[in-house]
Amino acid sequence: MSTQPATENKPGPVQDAAPPARTATTLLGYGRERVERARGGEMGSLPAVAGLIVLVVFFWIVQPGFLSLYNIANLVTQAAPIIILAMGLVFVLLLGEIDLSAGTASGVCAALMAVMIVRHNMAWYFAVLLAVITGAVLGFVIGWLRAKARIPSFVVTLAAFLSFQGIVLMQVGKAGSISLPDQAAKPIITLEGYNNNLMPLWLGWVMLAVVAGGYALVKLRIAVSRRSAGLESEPTLVTVAKTAAMVILGAIFVYILGENRAIQQNAFFNNLKIEGIPWVVLLLIVLTVGLTFLLSRTRYGRHVYAVGGNDEASRRAGIRVDRIRISVFVLCSLLAAVAGVVQASQLESVASNFGAGNTLLLAVGAAVIGGTSLFGGRGRIMDAVWGGLVVAVIQNGMGDLIKGANSQAWQWIVTGLVLLLAAGFDAASRRVGGADSR
Amino acid sequence: MTETTTSATPRTAGSGEPILKLRAINKSFGPVHVLQDVDFEAHAGEVTALVGDNGAGKSTLVKCIGGTYSIDGGDYLFEGAPVKVHDPRDAASLGIEIVYQDLALCENLDIVGNMFLGRERVSGWRTLDENTMERMAGETLSGLSVRTVKSLRQQVSSLSGGQRQTVAIAKSVLWNSKVVILDEPTAALGVAQTAQVLDLVRRLADRGLAVILISHNMRDVLEVADRIVALYLGKTAAQVQRADVTQTQIVELITAGHSGNIGLLPTANGNGNGNGNAAQVAEVLGIADGIADEPAAVADAAADAEAAAGTEETDGTDGVQGAAE
Repeated sequence: MSTQPATENKPGPVQDAAPPARTATTLLGYGRERVERARGGEMGSLPAVAGLIVLVVFFWIVQPGFLSLYNIANLVTQAAPIIILAMGLVFVLLLGEIDLSAGTASGVCAALMAVMIVRHNMAWYFAVLLAVITGAVLGFVIGWLRAKARIPSFVVTLAAFLSFQGIVLMQVGKAGSISLPDQAAKPIITLEGYNNNLMPLWLGWVMLAVVAGGYALVKLRIAVSRRSAGLESEPTLVTVAKTAAMVILGAIFVYILGENRAIQQNAFFNNLKIEGIPWVVLLLIVLTVGLTFLLSRTRYGRHVYAVGGNDEASRRAGIRVDRIRISVFVLCSLLAAVAGVVQASQLESVASNFGAGNTLLLAVGAAVIGGTSLFGGRGRIMDAVWGGLVVAVIQNGMGDLIKGANSQAWQWIVTGLVLLLAAGFDAASRRVGGADSR
Repeated sequence: MTETTTSATPRTAGSGEPILKLRAINKSFGPVHVLQDVDFEAHAGEVTALVGDNGAGKSTLVKCIGGTYSIDGGDYLFEGAPVKVHDPRDAASLGIEIVYQDLALCENLDIVGNMFLGRERVSGWRTLDENTMERMAGETLSGLSVRTVKSLRQQVSSLSGGQRQTVAIAKSVLWNSKVVILDEPTAALGVAQTAQVLDLVRRLADRGLAVILISHNMRDVLEVADRIVALYLGKTAAQVQRADVTQTQIVELITAGHSGNIGLLPTANGNGNGNGNAAQVAEVLGIADGIADEPAAVADAAADAEAAAGTEETDGTDGVQGAAE
């Protein structure tokens, strides 16, 4: 409570004399409010974005190849499965729960998809659908065990983590890996740019126009309706600046990925062209927009935050807390299935250790680095995007930075330390926000 | 946002029918007879303070009113008509809201989100109608002359204790409620914030709501209450007008169940000398003579209390303030 201005301790009548204006927000007022929020522990994705810039600059200085056209495209495809897995974890973390099984759940779903395509000649779309449904069912079971049987989520999902790993092993069998066939699974492996099947250049620009235009339109609509209702709204300049930043960054991204990034230029490959955005970016945008809408604009999303903030208060307010709790596990495992499909697309195969190892750690790290709290109640979908990019940059940069026998070891150590740093940051911001003083 | 005069019904202090009337309420938990023929009234436009020592049955009575517990026997009359309240939703649909001591706020949501928690407004496409909610929340707060919050979009975690109490109270009146029950609203607050909250309590009553205030703090009760209902060992010791009793008398009603000729008449088993301390000692020793009283005696006592309230005109509270604490 140390951040409270001293004026608030005066009794009512004194304050009645000076009512604050509630209709218009000045740029200064907006800035002041944001600073105040940041000081109260609501940093949002700001640290993640700052960290991303620092990391990119660092790796670029140390090894200029890091920002090569080829590697930038690589980063995107590398980050995609981490981001999608982290999106699911945001829901679970918002309730102050944890899902340790998300990684291996993605393995079960991806392996099922691969088995169905390869061994049972199932059409790829049915196989994907089956994988996603399986994810939802797994999530329901986990959520039920947590919400109704009242087993702590840590234990439920640790148990699931282990058994799912066994299931993947069983599904994949002695071969150790199932390759996704070029023909039968083509749309799946195209997602992450197999055989340089990328978005046509024009579609990249159309996508940018739709996203930026849609963003500006939504912001405008909100601003107009709020002003007509006599409520304070974001300053126009801020909206314009945000949209402009989005257009500029998006344009740079689309332009860079539109350049030919083929490395080999010799007699055989001199007319090879690798240009365009991987299709998975479209999937990421659809998921980001859809899930952000779900969390911030619907009743359901509001209830997820409420249960994460105070489940007893939510119960008294008539919210069906158990249903919300089960639903976040369903969403998490469902998105894990999607992440599994994307990961399988990247690897073009499903191995027996799919989704095990540090898959989950990276995704949890992504969500937390992005600004989602491990204590529940705070987090957004964009956190997963920013955090996922940070994690992918670390992985990618570290992979080339330290050569030799211990390269892998250092990658693990550094990723672990970054996760610890993010969690420490989370705990510290929570203390600043005063939530610990209860 | 200008001052709105939402449903500012004129004050009808003490006159006419009580909006909420409980007659001879009984409630037992197994062998423990917690409420014994308790009478209770709350009038629109008045602050009714519910006082009593720990274990007197205040919380049980409030939970019976709010529907958390259903009553074993007795009459529950709302606006003169008998009603059945078995569930918190029954009470809410009658217009009875309870603000619990822990406030039940979500710290990670803003003020608007908390005020509409579980009852969010949605517009087309089933999206949250933030504008309407924010406007209604703003109107409710300014209708209560609350100007201590900077922005309705502030997270509750950034609010002070008094502001949180304000939000919780405003939440309870948002739904055109008629009776608002406040459980120890000032227990965790400092002096200045207590003053703010008591001010708000007064304004609620001035708007025509029946406010029931549970408090241990004698100063709060004396400052804001219009009527005082004292419970003593599960019985109604007295229902009196605030103006008719002194602080000393209230303290005696709380600790002994009677004061002079107000309250439960002492029985003939030894400690009926009007000495509150003696009664307390008896209670500590487990004698608890009050429990042995006949229901008829309670009725008589209540009648006496009413009579006494009409005759005695004493007001020396300022002189004895603090004596109880």
